[in-house]
Amino acid sequence: MDLDPRYRFENYIVGGANRLAVSAARAVGQSPGTSYNPLFIYSSSGLGKTHLMLAIGHLARQLNPAITVEYVTLEEFVEELNHAIGDSAMELFKQRFHMVDMLLLDDVQFLAGRKETQSEMLRLFNTLQRAGKQVVLTSDRPPAEIADLDERLITRLTGGLVVDVGTPDYETRVAILRSKCEERGVQFEPGVLDEVARINFTNVRELQGALNRLIACQTLEEAPVTARSVRELLGEKPDTPLLVPAAARGQEFASFLSDLSEVVAQHIDSWRVRVVEAMTYWHQLGYVTLVLDRALEATEEPDVDVLLSRYEASIRRLKELEQEAAKIDPHLAASELFHDPERVGEAELVLARLVGGAEPPPGPDPALSRAELEVGASNQLAVHAVDTIIDEPGKKYNPLYIYGPSGVGKTHLLHALGNELVGQSGGAFTVAVVNAEQFIDELIAALQDETIEKWRARYRMVDALILDDVDRCAGKERSQEELFHIFNSLFYNGRQIVFASTQAPKSIEGLEERLRSRFEGGLVVEIQPPDHALREKLYARYLSAAGERMDRPLVDFLASRSVASVAEMKAVVDRLLKAAVVVGVPLNASFARKELEGGATAPVTSRQTNGRDADVFFLDEEKILWDWPDVTGRAIEEFR
Amino acid sequence: MSLVNYATREITCKIVYYGPGRSGKTTNLHYIYEQVPGDRKGQMVSLATQTDRTLFFDFLPLDLGTISGFSTRFQLYTVPGQVYYQATRKLVLHGADGVVFVADSQARQLAENIESMQDLHANLAEYDIDVRTMPLVLQYNKQDLPRTLISTVPELEDALNFREVPSFAADALHGTGVFETLRGIAGLVLKRLSAGSAPASAAAAAGGR
Repeated sequence: MDLDPRYRFENYIVGGANRLAVSAARAVGQSPGTSYNPLFIYSSSGLGKTHLMLAIGHLARQLNPAITVEYVTLEEFVEELNHAIGDSAMELFKQRFHMVDMLLLDDVQFLAGRKETQSEMLRLFNTLQRAGKQVVLTSDRPPAEIADLDERLITRLTGGLVVDVGTPDYETRVAILRSKCEERGVQFEPGVLDEVARINFTNVRELQGALNRLIACQTLEEAPVTARSVRELLGEKPDTPLLVPAAARGQEFASFLSDLSEVVAQHIDSWRVRVVEAMTYWHQLGYVTLVLDRALEATEEPDVDVLLSRYEASIRRLKELEQEAAKIDPHLAASELFHDPERVGEAELVLARLVGGAEPPPGPDPALSRAELEVGASNQLAVHAVDTIIDEPGKKYNPLYIYGPSGVGKTHLLHALGNELVGQSGGAFTVAVVNAEQFIDELIAALQDETIEKWRARYRMVDALILDDVDRCAGKERSQEELFHIFNSLFYNGRQIVFASTQAPKSIEGLEERLRSRFEGGLVVEIQPPDHALREKLYARYLSAAGERMDRPLVDFLASRSVASVAEMKAVVDRLLKAAVVVGVPLNASFARKELEGGATAPVTSRQTNGRDADVFFLDEEKILWDWPDVTGRAIEEFR
Repeated sequence: MSLVNYATREITCKIVYYGPGRSGKTTNLHYIYEQVPGDRKGQMVSLATQTDRTLFFDFLPLDLGTISGFSTRFQLYTVPGQVYYQATRKLVLHGADGVVFVADSQARQLAENIESMQDLHANLAEYDIDVRTMPLVLQYNKQDLPRTLISTVPELEDALNFREVPSFAADALHGTGVFETLRGIAGLVLKRLSAGSAPASAAAAAGGR
C-alpha cells in the first residue's frame, strides 16, 4: 500500500508524552535496520501511532529513494496470507514481504489467537531480521499483553525497542490545535485554542473532532467562536474553573506550569520559533541554513511564510537537481553545492553544463560486425571473452584488456562488441567506442573551452566504455587522471569497460600504478598474429568478397605464408587482385606464387622459397618450414 | 547565561532567593521540590549545617518540560542569609535572571530585612547591575505567625518595597504564597525577553571580569 503523504514528521507534534517514541522513530527512519529493530510502538487509539509509523516510512524514503517500504495493517496481512494459501501463491506472498527493506505493520494486537498467522509472521521476522531489514509495528497494547501470543514471537517483538505514546499534555494539545488550524487555514480568537486544550480529551482524534466542530460553528454562524463559548459549543460543562485551586496538593505545580507556558508563549517570538524549527530540520538533513540564520539575527520580524516557502522551494529545486546530477555523476551529486539553497543558480549551471550538451560519445562502427569476425587459435580467448561480455555486460570480465601487435583485429573485435551490445539492447545501451587518441584530443579541447564537466558527463553516462589503443595515455598525467575517475565511476556502477592496446599493462611505460592495477583487475588477454587456420579462413573470405571463386590451392598457398597481421593479409590479397587484372590472367596459386615470390616489391621477400631448388631450399630454417605442405609440417609451424 | 536560546530551543532561567538568615528561603525551595512530580525534579542540592541553616547555598534544578516548543529549565538558588557569608552571596547572585527577596515578617527582624535588602543592592551594584532593571519580587514570609509578632503587609511594604515591585504574603512552611511568588518572578523574568536587554547577560559579562 502506498504511504499516505499527509503523515510526516514535519506535522507530528512532539511533546513530553511522545518524545521518546518520536526520537526512536526518527532514528529508525534515518538508519533503518540499524538502530532499533524491531521498533514496537504502542498506545491507546488515536494518539498517533499510525502517523508516526508512516512518518518513518516517509523519512526513510526521503533519505534513500531506492528503499522499498511496505505498509500493511495486520488485517490486510492476514487477508493476503489467506489469499496466498487459497491460490497456492505462497511464493508471491513471500516475494512481496520477504524482499522489502522496511516493513510497517499496523495494529498487530489482532495477532491474538491466530496461530497460523503468528507462525507465518515468525518466519517473516526471522527472514527480515537476518537480512538486516527494518520492522516497525504498532499495537494498542504492549507485546506481552496481546493474548495467546507465541512466546517466540513475543521475544522477537520486544527484541528491539518498545515505546509507548502517551496522552498529550496541555502544551502539546495547544501545539496540535495550532498546527491543525494552520493546515486548515482557520483562525480563532485568542484564547480559544487554549480553552479547547484545557478540556481533558483522551486522544488526539477527539481533540481534532472538537476542533472540527468549532471550525464548523465558526463558518456556519459567521461569528467568531469566543473562549467563553468553547465549552458550551463542545457540550462540556461551561463552569469548570480554569485553574485548579492552589490548595490542591500536587496540582499546584501543574497550574504553575500551565500559567508559565502562557507567559512563555506571550513572550517568545513565535516567528523565531518557526524559523528555528525549520533550521533544525533542514540542518539535520544536511542543508545550509545561513539564510535562516541571518533572518533570525534581524530585529524586525520578517515575513516568515515567504521566507520559509522560498527556502523550501529552493531545497525542492536542489533535490531535483541533485537527482539529475546523481544519474550522471554520483560524485558531483554529493557536492555541497546541492545542499546550499543560496547556490541554486550555481547548481543549475553545473547541471546544465552536465546535461545540456552531453551528446553521446562516439559509438561503434557498424561496418565492423561480430559476424565478420573469424576465430582461430590466435584470438579465440579474446573472442570468447568478448562473447561472454555480450551475454552479460559488466558482470564477468570487467575490465577486459586485450593486447596484441597492431593489425591483428583488436579494433574489429572492439567495434564488434560495441555493435552487439547496442544491438541486443535494441539501441538502449550507450556504448562508447573510442580511440585513446581521440579521447585525449577531446579532453584537451574540453579543457580549453572549459567544458570539462560536460566531457566527463558524456563518458560517465555510458553503459559500456571501449577504449582502443589505451597505451597512448601513457605519460599523459591529466588523461590518466580523468580516465581513472571515469573508470571508477563506471566500474562501481557495474558498467562494462574494455581496453585494447599493443602492450600488456605491465609493459606500458609511463602508466600510473593505480590505472595499471585496475587494468589488470579484470581479464587480460593477448591476440597473437593470425595462425594458419585463421589465415585460411580470412584469405578465403577476402577472395570470395572480391568475387573470386574458391580456389583451394591458392588459399593453401597464401595461408602457408606467415604474416604479422590481418592488415598485411588484406594488402596481399589487394595486390594479387590488382596484378592479375593488369596481367590479364586469372588469379591462381601459381600466379600468386610468382607474383609474391618473384616480384621485387613483395612484402615478404625474405621468405621467398621454392621446393625445387634444394640448395636454396636449405638456405635457412624458416624457408624449410614454410614450404612443407603436409599436416605435420603445419603442426610444427604452429608449434613454433 | 542566555535566557532563551532559539537555536537549541532552550529556556534556562536562574532565580536567586535572597534575604536575611532564617527568613525561609530554603523552605520555599523545599516546598516547591515536594510539589514537583517525580520525573521533573532534579536532585536538590542542599548544603546545610546541623541547625538547618544554609551554609553555602541550595540549588534546585527544575525541568519544566517543553513549553511552547522550548525545553524549559529553572534553576532555583538560595543564598546563605548570615552576614558573614557575604562572598558566597555575591557568587550565587552571579548570572541571576531574577531575584526573590524573602523577608521575615517578624517585627523584630525588620532591621535585618532592611540590612539584607541593602546588601542585595550593594552586591548587584558590584556586578554593575542597576537594581531597577533586575526582575525582583518580594515575599513577606511567616505571615501565619500570631499578629502580635509580625509586621503587617502594609508596614513591610513601607519598609522594603520602595520600588513597588510585586509582593506576596506567604507561609512557606505550609506552602501558601510559594508558587504565587515563583509565578510572579517567572513572569517578570520572561517579560524581559520581549524587552530585549537581558540583565542576565550583563551580569554574566560583568562577572567575567
